[in-house]
Amino acid sequence: MAERKSSVDVLIVGGGNAGLCAAITARRAGARVLLLESATKDFRGGNSRHTRNIRAMHKAATAYLTGPYDEEEFWDDLLQVTGGETNEHLARLTIRASEELGEWMPANGVRWQGSLRGTLHLGRTNLFMLGGGKAMVNSYYNAASRLGVEVAYESEVRELKIGDGEFISAVAICNGATHEFNANAIVVASGGFEANIPWLKEYWGEAADNFIIRGTKHNQGQMLKELLKHGAKPVGNPRGCHAVAVDARAPKFDGGIVTRLDSVPFGIAVNKEVKRFYDEGEDFWPKRYAIWGGLIARQPDQIAYSVVDAKALPLFMPSVFPPVKAGSIPELASALGLDPAVLVAVVDKFNRAVRPGAFDPRSLDSCRTEGLHPPKSHWARAIDTPPYYGYPLRPGITFTYLGITVDEHARVVMQGDRPAKNIFAAGEVMAGNILGKGYLGGFGLTIGSVFGRIAGREAARYATA
Amino acid sequence: MLPPELLQEGERQMTICNACRYCEGYCAVFPAMELRRNFTKADLTYLANLCFDCRDCYYSCQYAPPHEFAVNVPKLMSQLRVETYREFSSPAIFSALFRKNGLAVSLITFAALAIIVLLVLGLKGPGILFGIHLGEGAFYRVVPFLAMTIPALAMALYGLTVLLMGMVRFWRETQGHLSEMISLSDLWRATKDAFGLTYMKGGGAGCSYPDASFTYSRRWFHHLVFYGFLLDFASTSVAAFYDHFFGWQAPYPLFSVPVVLGTVGGIGLVIGTSGLMVLKYQSDRDPAEAKMLSMDVAFLALLFFTSLTGLVLLALRDTAAMGTLLVIHLSVVAGLFITMPYGKFAHVAYRYAALVRYAIEQRRTHSVNP
Repeated sequence: MAERKSSVDVLIVGGGNAGLCAAITARRAGARVLLLESATKDFRGGNSRHTRNIRAMHKAATAYLTGPYDEEEFWDDLLQVTGGETNEHLARLTIRASEELGEWMPANGVRWQGSLRGTLHLGRTNLFMLGGGKAMVNSYYNAASRLGVEVAYESEVRELKIGDGEFISAVAICNGATHEFNANAIVVASGGFEANIPWLKEYWGEAADNFIIRGTKHNQGQMLKELLKHGAKPVGNPRGCHAVAVDARAPKFDGGIVTRLDSVPFGIAVNKEVKRFYDEGEDFWPKRYAIWGGLIARQPDQIAYSVVDAKALPLFMPSVFPPVKAGSIPELASALGLDPAVLVAVVDKFNRAVRPGAFDPRSLDSCRTEGLHPPKSHWARAIDTPPYYGYPLRPGITFTYLGITVDEHARVVMQGDRPAKNIFAAGEVMAGNILGKGYLGGFGLTIGSVFGRIAGREAARYATA
Repeated sequence: MLPPELLQEGERQMTICNACRYCEGYCAVFPAMELRRNFTKADLTYLANLCFDCRDCYYSCQYAPPHEFAVNVPKLMSQLRVETYREFSSPAIFSALFRKNGLAVSLITFAALAIIVLLVLGLKGPGILFGIHLGEGAFYRVVPFLAMTIPALAMALYGLTVLLMGMVRFWRETQGHLSEMISLSDLWRATKDAFGLTYMKGGGAGCSYPDASFTYSRRWFHHLVFYGFLLDFASTSVAAFYDHFFGWQAPYPLFSVPVVLGTVGGIGLVIGTSGLMVLKYQSDRDPAEAKMLSMDVAFLALLFFTSLTGLVLLALRDTAAMGTLLVIHLSVVAGLFITMPYGKFAHVAYRYAALVRYAIEQRRTHSVNP
């Protein structure tokens, strides 16, 4: 195949939410747009295909939102989860711009629905996409193709040619053949590097082999690496990644939502040495959701086992793999590959430490242990009702925090704090500017949508000037 | 017996869906699924008959093939429905007709045509068949009144009995008590959902049919078929009433109640069935079950030809073609009636029962957990 010197104004790298928002916006602004997606059509959309809701500011309740969520409350929530690791200017800009998404997204084919059962705590702050993230991604691809955005699947950009802080061309492998693409501007929306195990090993060592990647295998961080190589200014803790507890039997990639497990607060969790290692009843979702992946990542062989009894089973969302089930604790231990005598001792000790209390899974209740280390502060009830159930757990990596610094025009900031004039970034690759730490449900999509639109608008403005 | 590997596959897929629940907003299947943790034969039978095959969930599914979880709910539910129709119809010897439905329906219809032609030719002769007949009772000079109505009534009664028995068995199998069916508010909700095709709306999106883009066309075509069918049924009932009580014999004048109802209904059926067949022809085969497709096409074809031959018969009833057209029309109608309990018509019974069960379940859930 001949080398294709593309005659486009704006080149978009990555066909997830941010890339699609950029492509649609740039095309609407009159630019000729080519979007390169490294996945096949079936797996297009990066991690956006696994999302289901988006956090958006709004002044009043709507048909889909149960109450108002204003800028200050949104900002406070962000400040709390990040502990201040955020750029207030960019964060407030994102929050304010999120208000338009409730209309912009449906104008591009996305439909809303009431919040899903079991996620009512997000019903006021987050808009739920009908059918979830893949339905949203499908709508955007349809909108983009109607508008005349050119999309190339199985096209992975390997190299960026940048001279003097200016984008020149991108070299990509398209269906196995090498092509070089020229464009007046580039939008990098290619996600983080969480699927790049060798890269994760630089920070986590061999432990990274035991991580499960919840999203796409395509988030290799190649663009992140290229931009850093060309002098883009990094942001975010390179070691940082958001990890939750997932079923150890999950597939290595793309297991998505169904492999997450929330059984931990209703029983005990032990590592492979059959030791409890953290207060299982410390806090609610989402805090516990955000810390248990990291806790397990620090256990021997990065594995843990959640043990519950029959009365706990109906209290958490069912997961995709059936639990290991046994009529007694020793049998359960054997089935899980744990030392039966030790597990019996751990459960006995736990049961003896449980103090009477009023059990209430919806509040930080009074069921706790006494004289136990580590303690279980809430929801502590004796594990005594057969059958007993066990789930093997591993860290499931959702995203990485390391990214590229951008300015309010989504321009990539180079060394010396000089913004590149035709290199823009949106989505997970720059989310670390705003969410430097922690987790806020549905906020990744917010950042991607807002900065995708900004990047698309600014790239089109530059490219067609 | 439903095939055990199908039940196992159903349990596997529903377990994945129940841990995800992203499709909750599309239809009744997913909210019903969420009330369960295990998926027995009864649960799967019920859920399958709540599915309207809109395919919204398939294209929205992050676990659809080629993902290794290979979730394909529309196909699974279609497979289960074929087996439901077969299992709950009787006698077993005729239930086998569901296995190769397209072929069975065609053969039965041609057999009916051959028998009727032979009878008319043998008993009346070609002079009657190819002659011009005008005025009241014209049709009955070709096929006598009783020869036309008695077999039709007998077949209709037989078909309804088989379907009603099937519905009762379905209700019992899905763990319902018969007395539960007699709640007016639940019946009203189910009737509204059935007549309004609530679950072809896909939570406001429509159906992903024939491909991944959302559209309401399938729902509108189905409405044309359903209400066209009802109008034709009303036309026939009025005609029977005229005949029985007033002694007015068909054919009726162009602007009589039976002819107007029948014509409007017939046109609706012709457009609706053609539209649905075009959609089926264009439709993505990946979320489809071949046995169900064959059943759908056979039923649509019968309805299409029933209405088309009826309309042509109306247009040419004063010509020498009337006898031939009447024979063809009656043969297609016979095919429709004979296969009624052993073809796609059966979906009416099981789907309605499933909608009633859903209405009951949702009312109970919401009264416990307001």
